[in-house]
Amino acid sequence: MISIIDYEGGNLTSVKRAVNYLGFEAEITQDRRVIEESDRIIFPGVGAAGASMDVLRKTGLDQIVRDQVIERKKPFLAICIGIQILFEWSEEDDAECLGFLKGKVRRFPDHGPNGPIKIPQIGWNQLHQVREHPLYENVANPSDVYFVNSFYCEPEDPGVTIGETEYGLRFTCAVAKENIVATQFHLEKSGPIGLRMLKNFCRNENWT
Amino acid sequence: MLTKRIIPCLDVREGKVTKGVEFKNNIDLGDPVEMAKRYYEDGADEIVFYDITASSDARGIMIDVVSRTAESIFIPYSVGGGLRTLEDMRNVLLAGAEKVSVNSSAVLNPQIIAEGARAFGSQCIVLSMDVKRTPASEAVPSGYEIFINGGRKAMGLDAIAWCKRGEELGAGELVVNSIDCDGVKQGYDVELTREVARAVGIPVIASGGGGTPDHLHRIFTEGEADAAIVASMIHYGAYTIRDIKHYLQKRGVVVRKTD
Repeated sequence: MISIIDYEGGNLTSVKRAVNYLGFEAEITQDRRVIEESDRIIFPGVGAAGASMDVLRKTGLDQIVRDQVIERKKPFLAICIGIQILFEWSEEDDAECLGFLKGKVRRFPDHGPNGPIKIPQIGWNQLHQVREHPLYENVANPSDVYFVNSFYCEPEDPGVTIGETEYGLRFTCAVAKENIVATQFHLEKSGPIGLRMLKNFCRNENWT
Repeated sequence: MLTKRIIPCLDVREGKVTKGVEFKNNIDLGDPVEMAKRYYEDGADEIVFYDITASSDARGIMIDVVSRTAESIFIPYSVGGGLRTLEDMRNVLLAGAEKVSVNSSAVLNPQIIAEGARAFGSQCIVLSMDVKRTPASEAVPSGYEIFINGGRKAMGLDAIAWCKRGEELGAGELVVNSIDCDGVKQGYDVELTREVARAVGIPVIASGGGGTPDHLHRIFTEGEADAAIVASMIHYGAYTIRDIKHYLQKRGVVVRKTD
């Protein structure tokens, strides 16, 4: 069973439906026991960094997730706001985040090399795979995936970056480290390609 | 770079996709979930459901459509038509929609845009509008006027000013539907769309008039649109989304590649 962490952001049911469609069981939960007993954890969501962190602290989910992911090394997938709060700090709401990965989260600049850029980025953009990873099994490089974001991750260690995208600048859109993998784009809204990556996470025995 | 999006629009009345001319002679085209699925498989980048159900009693039917769609379609889709309150928006989002769109209700109560953006985020709130060309006047200096209630009621509100106001209030995207071009299949309103695209910093979706792949090419290049709504040209089988994308790609417009 896969636990989908409920930190009161939107989009949880979309992720659950996609996982179910692929033939895996999933439960949306805040319950420590359910999370501890699950084989894998998905950390999805749409929302703001500050509000998401408030909920995680208030519910104690931050410690539960830390224990499962950092100590127990359970396979872990974070999506959208999920990838952003894995880092130490976000410019959005000046939020202290989980710090599972070293680095910061920044707002897109208003201007790129070709003039003003629209914020948020909404739509399909190219995921360039810059490192091999089990997430990418049978996924073409590049592939178009669906983004909705105003902020992007800036890892301190460039070695964790496994995917990049251009939007005004070239930014990290996917990271991986040991049992952790995270994407800025929405796997559950990226059509057949997104489903393939989600399935790779759900089924892969040798994840790390 | 971001691809130009092609967005099929399904007008849903009492659980069936219909298409009529000026709200008359509606004919059933099929089941919305089946049609949405077909377009998803054909490479649609997003889907729009527009609820034209007249009676509010039938609102539950639309929620059921949205929720069934979520089980088999894994691209974003939005729902518009008759959403007046935060509660209306929440119900549609909880059923699985990615975005909600407001039109007449936002003209009558602009704060619904701000409230929706605060509650669900700007990326969720699409401001949709029906625009008609009129002689330029003091109230409508651009010569583009906002109409409500399915294009029947002129509001004396300038479309360009309304777009800017919508952006300030927190709308994440704009759908600009040209009443003059709608259903005529002679092409989108290029001038209107371009004027809006240059006035705001959020994505602009052109609507009304798409009849051939060349019309999409024009609206993406000359019209500077980020996305375009398609309806009749695909509903009756004249073109598939694959045909349209193939044509655009050949002419240098970047579109999402599908398997």
